[in-house]
Amino acid sequence: MNRAPVAAALAPAALALGDDALVLSHRLGEWAGHAPVLEEEVALANIALDLLGQARILLSLVGDEDELAYLREERTFRNLQLVEQPNGDFAQTIARQLYFSTYQELLYGQLASGDGAFAPLAAKAVKEVAYHRDHAEHWTLRLGDGTDESHGRMQRGCDALWRFTGEMFQPVEGVDADWQKLEDDWRESVGTVLGRATLTVPDGPRSGAWAAGAGRQGLHTEPFGRMLAEMQHLHRSHPGATW
Amino acid sequence: MTSSDWPLWEVFVRSRRGLSHTHAGSLHAPDAEMALRNARDLYTRRSEGVSLWVVPSSAITASSPDEKDPFFEPAADKPYRHPTFYEIPEGVRHL
Repeated sequence: MNRAPVAAALAPAALALGDDALVLSHRLGEWAGHAPVLEEEVALANIALDLLGQARILLSLVGDEDELAYLREERTFRNLQLVEQPNGDFAQTIARQLYFSTYQELLYGQLASGDGAFAPLAAKAVKEVAYHRDHAEHWTLRLGDGTDESHGRMQRGCDALWRFTGEMFQPVEGVDADWQKLEDDWRESVGTVLGRATLTVPDGPRSGAWAAGAGRQGLHTEPFGRMLAEMQHLHRSHPGATW
Repeated sequence: MTSSDWPLWEVFVRSRRGLSHTHAGSLHAPDAEMALRNARDLYTRRSEGVSLWVVPSSAITASSPDEKDPFFEPAADKPYRHPTFYEIPEGVRHL
């Protein structure tokens, strides 16, 4: 693991992308033992492990990964509000995965093809997130175009998380991406999948006063504090211990 | 959920340097696409360059244990059936 801190200019970017991966990884970990079928349990754990791996690399660029994960307060986490949303039912988890992994694949794709500091890391991660997107896409199609019940749940999951999606396209300091293109590509990709799944693209606001999303500024939604308390509990109870 | 919604699939894997697909195990999945994805997670750990086959278990016809004797008992008194009377040239692998 590369422990050399990157140039200070890159730290905010590594922290934002690393926190996204860390927090979503924790949420997916909560599914362990609770997934609808055993095979799906393995798939979700696999995705969580990929994300945790990404988080470790990114956070190590900033400082000590454990300190950053376990000893920071809520207000200093820079993850998107989307990834901290509770799992809800399986459909809502899949909606979150679809929105986020499509974003991650497009973003890392852009970074991998550039020559920025994150290019090598993005090139490795983009293969993983392509699989995550594929997994989310297939479940979106199955649930959306499944039974009336699963269709309704998938639509509700997509609708409920829509207001958190605008935040993904706010430029992150130090990330050299074409954010407008990212947003256009994301809308097209997600729109196509939802269309094929016989679902309606939600039309609520995604940014502005009535939408949510200030995670990048350290403002988080209520469920996040509870999640952090659980995640950090042991480390805070036994500070300085070696595991 | 009934088992007919998630039927059993048999998984065959050929590893990167492997010559043939080997039966790796089985899993439940609603269709072949999902069976492939599950097999990738369960049996290949996503190493590159492997090939996966999934087959619905119901498509496999197995020989019956009852017929074992006539089916598998080789005619040991007919040595000409066994191709063992030649030397294997040096450098031949995978035999």
